Amino acid sequence: MSGYVLRRLLQSLVVLIGVSILVFAIIHLVPGDPIRQALGTRATEAAYQALRARSGLDDPLLVQYFNWIGSALTGDLGVSFRSGRPVTALILERIPATLSLAVAAIVVALLIAVPLGTISALKPRSPVDWFATVSSQAGLSIPDFWMGIMFILIFAGTLGWLPSGGYVGLTEDPVEWARHLVMPAVTAGVASGSILTRFVRSSVLEALGQDYVRTARAKGMRARDVLTWHVLRNALVPLVTVGGVQLAYLLSGVVIVEIVFAWPGLGQMALQAVEARDYSLLQGAVLLFAVIFLLVNLVVDLLYAKLDPRISYQGAAR
Amino acid sequence: MTSEPDTASVPVATEKHRPRWAETLLLLVRNPMAIASGLVLIGLLVVGLFGQWLAPYGHNEQFVGGQLEAPSGSHWFGTDEAGRDVFSRVLLGAEVSLRVGAVAVGISLVAGVLIGLLAGYYGRWLDDALMRFMDMLFAFPALLMAIAVLAILGRGENNAMIAIGIVYTPIFARVTRASVLTVREDVFIRASRSSGAGDARIIFRHVLPNAAPPIIVQTTISLAFAILSEAALSFVGLGTQPPNPSWGRMLSEGRGFIEHAWWMALFPGLAIFVTVLAFNVLGDALRDVLDPRQRSTLSGKGAR
Repeated sequence: MSGYVLRRLLQSLVVLIGVSILVFAIIHLVPGDPIRQALGTRATEAAYQALRARSGLDDPLLVQYFNWIGSALTGDLGVSFRSGRPVTALILERIPATLSLAVAAIVVALLIAVPLGTISALKPRSPVDWFATVSSQAGLSIPDFWMGIMFILIFAGTLGWLPSGGYVGLTEDPVEWARHLVMPAVTAGVASGSILTRFVRSSVLEALGQDYVRTARAKGMRARDVLTWHVLRNALVPLVTVGGVQLAYLLSGVVIVEIVFAWPGLGQMALQAVEARDYSLLQGAVLLFAVIFLLVNLVVDLLYAKLDPRISYQGAAR
Repeated sequence: MTSEPDTASVPVATEKHRPRWAETLLLLVRNPMAIASGLVLIGLLVVGLFGQWLAPYGHNEQFVGGQLEAPSGSHWFGTDEAGRDVFSRVLLGAEVSLRVGAVAVGISLVAGVLIGLLAGYYGRWLDDALMRFMDMLFAFPALLMAIAVLAILGRGENNAMIAIGIVYTPIFARVTRASVLTVREDVFIRASRSSGAGDARIIFRHVLPNAAPPIIVQTTISLAFAILSEAALSFVGLGTQPPNPSWGRMLSEGRGFIEHAWWMALFPGLAIFVTVLAFNVLGDALRDVLDPRQRSTLSGKGAR
């Protein structure tokens, strides 16, 4: 058990170090002088020299890397080339919007996947099953930016029920926060919901074929109780892994949905950083995304090992 | 991702000794979904190849005074803000989407399969080194990584191909490695090794063909995601540049006119949807035939 945890931690650490090197490399791979590019032609020579000195780009590479990673570990991701403000502060400002969207989207995904996946597994080859299969294929294939635009056309334009974009803080006005959240959350949640639907279906199907389900049925347990206590309880444990991976994606990968709905989250910030050639900001954002992704994956794996003892056993045996 | 494909379930030649591809094709055409998606893809290929002759108007042909016209007999999908025929632009956009998707997947296929073969066949430190490197690439969300690569290379269609190609390389490496591991110790491989065949010969003559089914499935599904990624990158302005007709680009232009001209956004989006859906459905059908054990486990990753 502890052997598996230790190995998994070590593996994550190695990958994390590699990831940090890749992110560090971004600024050195950009053609030309990143500071000059970020400042544009308007900046004075003095401003350029000041930022250049502050960025530490003239130090030896190894020194630069250790300075950068050392500060990053203490929460200091440097200074935005464009605005001159600390990258960490810029990221923190964006977190509430991104977190709202990611959590709401995973809720939407689960609300789609658990009922649809379960029903289609209980009635394989029925019209419901067919519908679930077709709609999960469609949900995976539909471009989220197109779906978002169509939602705006229908629900904001034609019907006028919901705002077409923007974000209102939860603490400012909870009702408006929710109204602004509906369309982006559904748009971002559909693809994850489609992936999870397939997963729930196969997982429930597998659980239905287990001996303990047959035993429960044979001893006369009510069908509904068998489903709740035996089938779903066991089938939904693996959902932690796939659901966790989806959450990690939603936390870091909703760039497009944020653009469509003018949602001031981290994805939008990353794209704006690319457009503004603000490479220090881009580095900070990309590093954060990768770390979130790795950490969520690590937590999910460890959690899963705890929930399902067979996993850690396999891990130790290998 | 750890579950390993079962090569024993790959259809083997029957008593007539049909080649495996013929057997696969026969199984595939029994599935109506596979036929439907295949027909759609053939249609798309025709449009992609001959769009120039099929489109009623040129992609930059402007109708002065005919801006933002609703769909009609002369403009089936209406016209855009510059008075260009949306139907023609959607037809001509097929070529861009298919080309970018195919080249991008070609890049990830070659790089990923090579890495997967080396890692799976040689194992040990080479396996560890290569796969940890793939894990690093895998740690970045797909679209964000493509955006970061484009930040380095600069925007444009060719760079978008490279960016998408890099993003989807790790999944090919993983799928190939897993598949190689299942065949590496098979009797015929060991026989070939003991008869003195060199590594390169064993890898390309014996290991790769037998490890191929999951790779073929992954290629089809990756085409779907690559086309989706190209559209997304063009949508945010980093992929195909104007005035070339790219579906993602058209969609982002249509977004600005959504209140007045819904057709500008509806039809390009529908084209992306149908194309991606066809590749996904075909990929699923192929998986049922070639690699039944892998159902629903792989599709999760690489979606975005």
